This record gives sequence, C-alpha cells and structure tokens, in this order.
Amino acid sequence: MAQVTLNALRKVYPNGFEAVKPASFTIEEGEFVVLVGPSGCGKSTMLRMIAGLEEITEGDLHIGDRVVNTVDPADRDIAMVFQNYALYPHMTVRKNIGYGLKNRKIAKDVINQKVEEAANLLNLNDYLDRKPSQLSGGQRQRVAMGRAIVRDPSLFLFDEPLSNLDAKLRNQMRIEIKALQRRLGVTSVYVTHDQVEAMTMADRIIVMNGGEIEQIGTPSEVYHSPASTFVASFMGAPPMNLLDVSRENGAVMVGGQQVAEFTGSGSVTLGVRPEDILPDANGSFEINVTLIEELGAHRILHAVWAGQPIMISVTKDVAAETGPLRVAIKPDALKYFDPQTGRRL
Amino acid sequence: MKRIKFETIVDHSILILGSLIMILPVVMLLQMASTTDLETMRNGPGLVFGDQIPINFEKAMFEASGFSGENTGLSMLYNSLILGFGFAIGKIVIGMMAAYAIVYFRLKFATMAFWIIFTTLLLPLEVRILPSYEIVQKLGMLNTYQGLIIPLIASATATFFFRQFFRSVPEELIEAARIDGAGPIKFFIDILVPLSRTMIAAMFIIMFVYGWNQYLWPTMITTDEGMFTLVRGIKQITQTLEGTNLPEYGKSNILQIIAILPPVLIVIFFQSWFVKGLTESDK
Repeated sequence: MAQVTLNALRKVYPNGFEAVKPASFTIEEGEFVVLVGPSGCGKSTMLRMIAGLEEITEGDLHIGDRVVNTVDPADRDIAMVFQNYALYPHMTVRKNIGYGLKNRKIAKDVINQKVEEAANLLNLNDYLDRKPSQLSGGQRQRVAMGRAIVRDPSLFLFDEPLSNLDAKLRNQMRIEIKALQRRLGVTSVYVTHDQVEAMTMADRIIVMNGGEIEQIGTPSEVYHSPASTFVASFMGAPPMNLLDVSRENGAVMVGGQQVAEFTGSGSVTLGVRPEDILPDANGSFEINVTLIEELGAHRILHAVWAGQPIMISVTKDVAAETGPLRVAIKPDALKYFDPQTGRRL
Repeated sequence: MKRIKFETIVDHSILILGSLIMILPVVMLLQMASTTDLETMRNGPGLVFGDQIPINFEKAMFEASGFSGENTGLSMLYNSLILGFGFAIGKIVIGMMAAYAIVYFRLKFATMAFWIIFTTLLLPLEVRILPSYEIVQKLGMLNTYQGLIIPLIASATATFFFRQFFRSVPEELIEAARIDGAGPIKFFIDILVPLSRTMIAAMFIIMFVYGWNQYLWPTMITTDEGMFTLVRGIKQITQTLEGTNLPEYGKSNILQIIAILPPVLIVIFFQSWFVKGLTESDK
C-alpha cells in the first residue's frame, strides 16, 4: 500500500501533442481513484505514466516515498490489469498468474501457494490448468486480476478492464473488483470512460477532458456540484440540463419568467439535474413534453422549455404524457456556469 | 443433384489427373529401381515390377561411388540432412532475432535496416555467387558444413514473415510482460518464441526444403566427395559410371527416391501447422 503523488506531471508526445497538461494530485493509501473522461482525454496516458509504460515529460511521480520517474515498470511495485486482459495465450492460467513471481526468482512452492490463494479468492481453482482461450471473458478478466493480486503490489492500475465484457457481466465484475479492492486495501487507480463505473466504484473521481483535469472529488461531489459544464454533461445519465439564460438585475430569467436570483447580469449557463425538476400541478413553470422514454423504474421526459431542450427524470409512479406540463424546480438544485469558460460560478 | 454429381466427377478427374502427373515419374523411378540395370537398359521403363529393390537399396546406401569411395548414399543423406536442418534452423533463428530487433527496439534506422534486408531478396545466390565463393574460400571454409550453411543463412523472407507476425502481437502483451518483470531476452524466449511456433513451423518447412534442394552452392563449395549432398551427388553417380560399364540405374533411382522423401515427410508432418502459421494467428 502506498500513497501516490503526482507533481505537475506532464506528457508531450514527440509530435508535439500535449496529451496530459501538468497535473497534480495525491492518492491516499488504500484509496480507489477513478480517472474518467471521453476517449482521447489523456486518462490512459496518465495511467501509463504511473505504470512506467509511458515516459514522463515533466514533473515528479512519487509512489510511496520514492520518486519513480525513471524506475522500470517491474520495479515500481505495481500491478496492472489491461483492457484486453493481455494474458499470455500459450501459458496455462497457473503460469499466467505466476509468471511475474517466477521472474522475481521466487521459490516454486511459494509461487504455487500464492497462485492457489489468488485462485481461491477469484474462484479460479477449477481452471488453473486451462489455457486462456478456453476461458470466458469474465474468467479471463479474473485471471488478469489474479496476475495482479499475486504480486502483492502497493498499487493496482486498471486500464478500462471491463469494457470488453457484456453489460451483465460488467456489472457483476464491477462489484467483484470493488469488493476485492476493499478487502485487500490496495491503493488503486482505475481508468474508464464509463461514468457509471466511475460513480459506483470510486472513492474519488478525477474527471479529465482534453488533457486537463476538470474536477477531483467524491462521486457525490462530482455529481451534485460539478465544477464545469463538461463535468455536468459528462457525469450522470441523462446528463445535467444546461440552459443559456439571461440575468437582469440579479434575476435569472427563462422565457421572460424569473427562475431564481443570482448576482450579476449578462448571460449565464444554468444547470439543473433532470431529477431536480418535478412535475407539480402548482409549479410555476410550464414546459412542453415532446417525447417520453420508458425505462421501467423511471421515465425520461424530453421537453422544450422556452425554446430550449430539457430532460426531466420522473419515477414510474408519475403519470406522464406529451403536451404541456407544469413543473417546479428545487431551488437549491440550480448551478450556474460561465458561458465562455464553462467554469462554475 | 445430377448436375452437382457431374461437376464432382469433373473436379475429381482433374485432381486425379494432376496427382497422376506428379506421381507417375516417382512410380517409374520405383519400377526401374526394382529391376536389374541390364533389364532397364534393354527395355527402358516398364510396367512390371522386379525384385531388385532390396539389393539396389543396399547398393545405394552403402556402396561408395566416385573416386575416393567416400560418398555412399548414407553419407550423402547425412550431409543433406545437416544442410537442410542447418539451413532451416539457422534462418529461423537469425530471421527471428533480426525481426525482433526491428520491431521491438527503438532503433534509429530500424525501418531502413529492414528495407535493406528486404532488398536482398533481389540479390539471390546466383547473382553474388563469385564474391560469396571468394569469401568462403578465403575463410578456409571450402568443404565444410559451415561453408555450406553460413553464407546462405541470412534470410530476408524469414525476417519479413517474422516481422509481420511480431507486429500483430498485441502491444498490451509486451506491456504486461514488462510489468511482470520480463526483460528483452526473457520476453523473447518466454513469450514471443512460444507464440510464434506455428510461424516457426511454417518457416521450417519452407527453409528445409529450400536448403535440401540447394544444388548450385554445394556444387561450388564441395569438392571433397565425403561432403556431397544427395542432390549434388546423384548426378555424379550417373555421370561417372557412364562409359563402358552399365550405368547403375537401380542405384541412382533409389537415391533419387531417397532424395525426394525427407521434404515430403516434413511437409506431411508439418502440414497443419504450415497452413495455420501462414493464415491464422492464435492470440
């Protein structure tokens, strides 16, 4: 277990592309941190710099009390789980899991014992003598996990480990990985583009966009108080509604109607989560529902409010039909963003 | 149904005809090896098989021919096998290592080095035979196995095929091995070589047959009859024994069949690997 500290870590590729802009943060011991963002946002590059697979252009990386900028991946005391599992196809599960230990010149019987332990933990006992090609996707993922576990690393790195699995298995493995990390208490960095994975697994989420960190916070902080319009629209399904509105003398106006009070004047981006808009016969606003998405437990109403599209999420108990609908908005649910920079005001 | 049946017949007839064209010369060889030399001389190839095969076989394998009496069939078979295996194994080892260097190491001129290797395909042995001979002669490697094998051991074909194969090995596998603490040599031996085994088998067949069938180079390099290979030696037999004596048809025919057999056996043995190696990749 170790604390990981990034100090102005930067990555510039030889062609001049700045994949990661100087990033600084600290991952506490035993913490599960998820790096999330759209593809090409630099999250994988960040992870690969921590792993040592990608050279660090500038900045310092500490794992534990060492600066590991130039340390070989094998000597960083880390383990990594890859998206395509990266199992050695010609080796049995047993050898796959034990290969790293074998390279460390650990005695055979110790390796065997550790492999058995890991297999126990992951329910792989019956498959130890099979080749990866004879395993299902979920089992392969478990072998990849096993390979990480046997090394007793001080840091786990996950590079989109679940994106090759089908939806059902993904949910199951998500819980397994989370539970395993809790049990082993190993500091972990997990990269994903799936915001649901990020929300459910993370102790803290780091949202990245365009090589920059947009926000670092707990899942609830990131969800309820996004630092920018990017975070607001990236986290949550359906995403936060973002409306271009105007302010007149401290009053926020939508369609000529005052919605709330907010200091300043000029245009502003108003953000409100779909579940914070409630159908209410006595509500002060009227929207026009154009489409209803039925999701079982709840429904998503697509509507137009003063000429701007808006989504509302209602529970299954609320009757919904297209046409005009009166709604109320939770007053404390409104967020304001600078329309130019996208930053929270 | 009827039409399909007709087509099947046509297809099979073509296949059978093709096989016959390929097999008949071999059957003829066998027939001529089964009769006495006198009979072959008098009647030429016939339809009746004789009983001389064991006798001719013994003559072919153990009876020396030539002036020095050193090139028996057995010694030529032995030399041919050494050439074939030396060729195939050497070319695979060197091709793999060259491809490994080109694909996995950040060498400044890797691409250029590859294309230089590749252009040697345009310079087959026949083009550079005189300088090659001179080098071998100056190194004192005439009439040695090294002299037979080493000058031909670098292979652009093998390097090319292994390069293509290595490039298809997923990047993540290399990264996983790096994190598992496998250095360049360990990664090569533990991961890459086992992964390439179908490719190695395919290369082995091609290179073995290529080495086995070498004629020009052994003819240049070996003057010592004890170093003759089968392909080079058979010609020698029929040549030297033409004269007032009867040519030893039986013996040379048996030798020719023996010369055909190992490549055929290797192809049959490695066939499924061969197809796998060149078409699919199990990753």
